[in-house]
Amino acid sequence: MTAARHRGRSILLSSGLAIALAVVLIPFYWLVVAATHSSREIFDSPPPLLPGGHLGANLNTLQNTAQFGRVVLNSLLIAVVYTLCAGAVCALAGYGFAKYRFRGREALFGLLMLGLVIPAQVTLVPLFQMMAELHWLNTYQAVIMPNLALPFGIFLMRQSMAALPDELLDSGRMDGCGELRLFWKVVLPPMKPALAALAIFLFLYQWNDFIWPLIVLRDSASFTVPVALAALQGLDETDYGAILAGTAAAAIPMALVFLALQRHFVSGLLAGAVKE
Amino acid sequence: MTATLTGSAARAVPSAGTAPRPRPRRRVAPYLFVLPALALFAVFKLYPIGRSFVISLHKTVGGTDRFVGADNYERLLHDPLFWTALKNTAVILVVQVPVMLALATGLAVALNSTLLRGRAVFRLGFFLPMVTGLVAYGIVFSVLLNKDYGLVNWLTGLAGLDPVPWLTDPLWAKISLGLALTWHYTGYNAVILLARLQSVPAELYDAAAVDGAGAWTSFRHVTLPGLRPALLLTTVLSTIGTLQIFDEPYVLTGGGPDNATLTIGVYLYQNAFKYFDFGYASAIAYALAVLIGILGVIQFRFLGERS
Repeated sequence: MTAARHRGRSILLSSGLAIALAVVLIPFYWLVVAATHSSREIFDSPPPLLPGGHLGANLNTLQNTAQFGRVVLNSLLIAVVYTLCAGAVCALAGYGFAKYRFRGREALFGLLMLGLVIPAQVTLVPLFQMMAELHWLNTYQAVIMPNLALPFGIFLMRQSMAALPDELLDSGRMDGCGELRLFWKVVLPPMKPALAALAIFLFLYQWNDFIWPLIVLRDSASFTVPVALAALQGLDETDYGAILAGTAAAAIPMALVFLALQRHFVSGLLAGAVKE
Repeated sequence: MTATLTGSAARAVPSAGTAPRPRPRRRVAPYLFVLPALALFAVFKLYPIGRSFVISLHKTVGGTDRFVGADNYERLLHDPLFWTALKNTAVILVVQVPVMLALATGLAVALNSTLLRGRAVFRLGFFLPMVTGLVAYGIVFSVLLNKDYGLVNWLTGLAGLDPVPWLTDPLWAKISLGLALTWHYTGYNAVILLARLQSVPAELYDAAAVDGAGAWTSFRHVTLPGLRPALLLTTVLSTIGTLQIFDEPYVLTGGGPDNATLTIGVYLYQNAFKYFDFGYASAIAYALAVLIGILGVIQFRFLGERS
């Protein structure tokens, strides 16, 4: 291939993908624009294409109609506690399955992985009844507890932990390290990138989860962000300016966390997703 | 778990040459590591799965549960709405999933190309929709696609086209749902395929080029076979995801218009948490699980064996 032809193809491919990417990103741009306009302006013709000055008023409406500050705090608290607890459960289990040989290992791991293919809907009704019997409806633990042993998280951790050299563990044991201390002092430090990937995944999963919180959270003061937004959309007179401001407000921290840690996220997910 | 921590100082260094026999605490340790996960899984997954089956054999009449055997399953077979939901879900599966995976494959190949400048930015950009919550993008799309005021119709109007009833016409509502799903998941699938693509040895492409293979031939005979395991994975994941689909139709169209976007997931939700017919909802859930199982086996057979 001549150099000129090579360059021509390169420009063609890059600009083609740039156009495709622009189309993909339009909803994000439009979300930011719409969040700063009133409902009336959003549905003007022509629709607004540049940010306006209505963001503060939208957030105010949101706070007054949906206690949005409280809702964001609910979501944050649930997502942080969930990430820490589920992260611990998944890391412990992943390590156990990756680095020990024990009776029933394959069967138990297979059992957990069954959770990947069994539709979540099968458990919705009985789980709801369990939560009602425990008097856990409208509580944080009702949202957090059922998904702590997330099969995908355990899978991801087992894959990453398997890459840890056995010599490292053996030398730790030679130095007289107990098994739990070994896990804490020797195993976890080099696993930081994988743990970061797991943490982002768990946080995003919980932050965006909809159907389960929708079912167990019945009182608007306990709503999470997605449940509150969906409830606002269901009202007769939907204030789209306010809803979209809330949607943008909820998406911006996510985007920032993701951008800051994306290197770990994509590579960590891939390590889990593709190795056979 | 404190047992694993005590007495570590008293432990002798194993002598070189002879393999150290596992000590009691090392035999117990693995079970302690996996115990929290297994216990939680048993309580919040296995037990509900069993209980769900029992519920599906009951009917709630006047506040008490009455055993009705297979009645709920029988009702399922004669319920036109269930078949509508099944058909809608099948249409998404047969139309949207292949289109999305073809797009993702093309995208992965493009992102893998050495001709592309700024690959990291592109990868990140195309992955970004996946990070967005389903409710959030459902709301955004429902406004963008508004027939009278939406940005999309305004743009097509500039090109002189008539406004499209994106969300209010049965056919267009299905198309809108497909577009939203494709927007959300294509980049994610492309990233999975891309990782696999990077493990295809460059020598294979060189050999194909030496043999005089063009771009299409080397794609067919080198890229596609190399992608097969990842294609199997993305196909199976997309199938499972599609069969369970709930958030998008719930937020975007509420299952309408005229049940055109009613999916099994939405129908199950309506029966359970709108009509509180838990027995019937559980029967739907089990039908769904069986369906996912059957399709999973077929796909593994079809795509797995030929590799």
